[in-house]
Amino acid sequence: MTALNAQTTLNAMTAQNRANPLVLGIETSCDETGIGIVRGTTLLSNTIASSMDEHARYGGVVPEVAARAHLEELVPAIRAAALEAGIRLKDIDAVAVTCGPGLAGALMVGVGAAKALAISLGKPIYAVNHLVGHVGADVLRLGADDSTKPLEYPTVALLVSGGHTSLLLVRDLVSDVELLGETIDDAAGEAFDKVARLLGLPYPGGPQIDRAAREGNPAAIRFPRGLSQTKDMAKHRYDFSFSGLKTSVARWVEQRRDADESVPLADVAASFREAVVDILLTKSVAACVDLGVPRLLLGGGVIANARLRQVAQERTDAAGIALRIPPLSLCTDNGAMIAALGAQLIMAGHAPSSLEFGADSTLPVSEIQV
Amino acid sequence: MLLAIDTSAGTSVAVVDLAQGVIAEHATDDTMRHAEVVGRLIADCLSDAAVPISGLSAVVGGMGPGPFTGLRVGIAAARVFALGAGVPFVPVVSHDALAFGRYQAGHTGPLVVVTDARRREVNWSVYSGADAVGLPIRVDGPGVARPAVLREPGWAHAGVPRFDAVAVSAGELGQVAELMWAHQRPFAADTALYLRSPDVTVSNGPKRVS
Ligand SMILES: [Zn+2]
Repeated sequence: MTALNAQTTLNAMTAQNRANPLVLGIETSCDETGIGIVRGTTLLSNTIASSMDEHARYGGVVPEVAARAHLEELVPAIRAAALEAGIRLKDIDAVAVTCGPGLAGALMVGVGAAKALAISLGKPIYAVNHLVGHVGADVLRLGADDSTKPLEYPTVALLVSGGHTSLLLVRDLVSDVELLGETIDDAAGEAFDKVARLLGLPYPGGPQIDRAAREGNPAAIRFPRGLSQTKDMAKHRYDFSFSGLKTSVARWVEQRRDADESVPLADVAASFREAVVDILLTKSVAACVDLGVPRLLLGGGVIANARLRQVAQERTDAAGIALRIPPLSLCTDNGAMIAALGAQLIMAGHAPSSLEFGADSTLPVSEIQV
Repeated sequence: MLLAIDTSAGTSVAVVDLAQGVIAEHATDDTMRHAEVVGRLIADCLSDAAVPISGLSAVVGGMGPGPFTGLRVGIAAARVFALGAGVPFVPVVSHDALAFGRYQAGHTGPLVVVTDARRREVNWSVYSGADAVGLPIRVDGPGVARPAVLREPGWAHAGVPRFDAVAVSAGELGQVAELMWAHQRPFAADTALYLRSPDVTVSNGPKRVS
């Protein structure tokens, strides 16, 4: 098949393939090179190569380092994913790729590769939204005997990672997603990294803070909850802010050190973590209640935080809200969620993307497919 | 028949053949839209050349030097196209294509090829001439330098005729690869020619806030 008819191939896709398409997804929006392969809603491979270790010495993700790593990891990751899924690349029905939001230079590597792969295979391409991909992860079933009930709509989704902190209202995964709020400064994961650093803990900060907080008292220090006062409610009802919290922790620690007092690491870590978890879930549950949506979905790498999951369960139980948390391997950035969203678009009859799309580092969440 | 892709300057894609030369070539000098245009340029070249994917024997990628963000798009596309098509990936130094073009156009003897490296620097490569089969002989570089360095009388290659290029032709890149292939010359290393480290500084711990 030549590239000439690559974009008309979807029409030639058999009804069976369209009902249960084999999709390869490429995700390069941050520091994970993710290649996923799904058939319909069944996960066949979730291959991830992370450049996290290379960023550790810088204390955070360095865009140029991430982009260089993507270029080197793509081909091995695609090979590994196909091997694990037990498929040949020429068997896939479509390629899906993250085109935003994310780090521009990193996204471009994936976009260039995905277009080339689609044309080389004579298959259609779907350019999709990374954040909606996090929601799409929930549709995946880990095998034929996974009988988890499908996600119901509408649902509120809280997506928290080192790159984003967003609250979404998802009325339909492939056609109607609305941004309720997002962080106006740091992402929640970034706040964990920065506070870990000022406490002398290594990168990434999330697991380090979690460990340090284990023996701590979460009520020891009352750190501020950003954008939660009455005056913030009109404009920033569902927005988040973590930079004030980070500064507040830094100031508290400095005052102790200046007075030659010891810093109670466990209490600081536990109290900081409690402030982050509290504000994330207060706003998420408020959104569910305000909008009359009895469902909350969590996604993003910060979901790995045990305290966040625990408090989410308590608060949603108390409010009569059904809580969904996809498996952790599908919460962190990955290609399977991108493939899953691509498959959902195909199954819903959406046409492929044209070949001209670019990487959009600030792609709005309402643009599910570009 | 080869598919060649270069994004070390603008974006250029070509289908070339040893006997027929450049069969199809599509390019843009736009240095900002590599990810947007690369797919259409590939598709247009293949359809112009009327060659099926199965008719390609390899995919050639220009490894730079060039501004990193754009450069990576073409290398990623070329490597992954080769994987999808099930053919070898062939890395070629982008400056070699520029030198090849000059020698084809009649230049003889030593030559310095210069391209933009952004951040007020240039990339340079030095050639002594073309060999018997027409392949340029690179004797120094590629390197990166401030433009003034290349104008200093003490520079090792001062006085050598200089060619400043704003675009790299994938057609010429592909022809270089065809000649290397035909005459069993070693290809370039399969690594992007960044010539600069990521400019990040290792942190010295947090700053005070109070
Ligand atoms: Zn993410």
